Amino acid sequence: MPTVSMTVNGRPATGEVEGRTLLVQFLRDQLRLTGTHVGCDTSQCGACVVHVDGRSVKSCTILAVQAQGCEVTTIEGLAAADGTLHPMQAAFREHHGLQCGFCTPGMVMSAVELARDNAGLTEAQVREGLEGNLCRCTGYHNIVKAVLAGAEAMQGQRPAAAE
Amino acid sequence: MYEFAYHRPASLAEASALLTGNEEARPLAGGHTLLPTLKQRLAQPSDLVDLGGIAELKGIREEAGGITIGAMTTHGAVAHDQTVRRLIPALADLAEGIGDRQVRNRGTLGGSISNNDPAADYPAALVGFGAVVRTTAREIPAEDFFTGMFETALEPGELVREVHFPRPDRAAYAKFPNPASRYAVVGVMVAQRGGEVRVAVTGAGPSVFRWTDAEVALAGNWSPAALDALQVDADGLNSDIHASAEYRANLVKVMAKRAVAQIP
Repeated sequence: MPTVSMTVNGRPATGEVEGRTLLVQFLRDQLRLTGTHVGCDTSQCGACVVHVDGRSVKSCTILAVQAQGCEVTTIEGLAAADGTLHPMQAAFREHHGLQCGFCTPGMVMSAVELARDNAGLTEAQVREGLEGNLCRCTGYHNIVKAVLAGAEAMQGQRPAAAE
Repeated sequence: MYEFAYHRPASLAEASALLTGNEEARPLAGGHTLLPTLKQRLAQPSDLVDLGGIAELKGIREEAGGITIGAMTTHGAVAHDQTVRRLIPALADLAEGIGDRQVRNRGTLGGSISNNDPAADYPAALVGFGAVVRTTAREIPAEDFFTGMFETALEPGELVREVHFPRPDRAAYAKFPNPASRYAVVGVMVAQRGGEVRVAVTGAGPSVFRWTDAEVALAGNWSPAALDALQVDADGLNSDIHASAEYRANLVKVMAKRAVAQIP
């Protein structure tokens, strides 16, 4: 079986996988990072979104071996070491951007990339940018509010030279 | 997913060697059609040859006034590239409208056109702009490349290296997206280059096609009204749960008019 190595949430991770092992299976089953969820398993719902080399991807639609050598960030990698939530996580809590919470890890990971890519994010951009994430509880209204607030908080926190 | 042997070649030559003579092997680009297909066990390749490690397949460059894009360049990279935005904004717009952000971060130009899904967006750009597909073996004009539903002129083992898009004088793309998948129920690229107008239609038929009546009408009068008197024949168009052939025929005209209206 192929051996795969990548950096996950800043730490090296290595494991033996089959060629057909999906990245989400490697993260959940081998690394026990179960914050990344499998919703539809058909590339549509976005519950499994993680960052691979800084880009949001659906981890149910990439093989673990395709992430060889990559920097992977999951929902577990967002908060600070002391447990302080990432501004986007804090905004989801503050603005009640979740009910059952199943879609939330993917929502937050997509939202973080969206905010990084777009200074001065607009509501229209948020709604379009979350096209790949489905929520079956909230109707998106509070999610959009949370993303806008989280994006603003990220801007305030960001040092000028950082990504 | 059935098990397969995974390969990650570092060069095109190595990839071709792995694919040539092995009919059960399949190339893997962005994987956003192939992996879902494998998950459903609708295909069982013996080997997957991942093209993601081949540096020469990535990148966007200006060439002869137009743009050349490597096969493994993602839709997201095309959508946000400043050279594309400057020279052929309609191409950036089209790429920005494919799927969702996560699909655009993985899906590739080469993968999309090699699959030739009848509802894919890129075929309309290639045919609309008169692009040339450069493969490991030859150069293929876009109109000869797309040969039918999920079929292309590619021979077994032949890989798309890059696509060259000549720059149109003006162009715009309008599509009616499926609200769930964002695939084109119908998408129309209108483009003018010198005295030639092209109207390329995706989503409506088994494969991309040119609406020649509209091309003639627009060459004489570049305005949405020039298409008012035309009708698209529904015969042979796609009919499924999303739209009937008659509905698609009407959408072709509506989308063509919307595209023309974007560029005075």
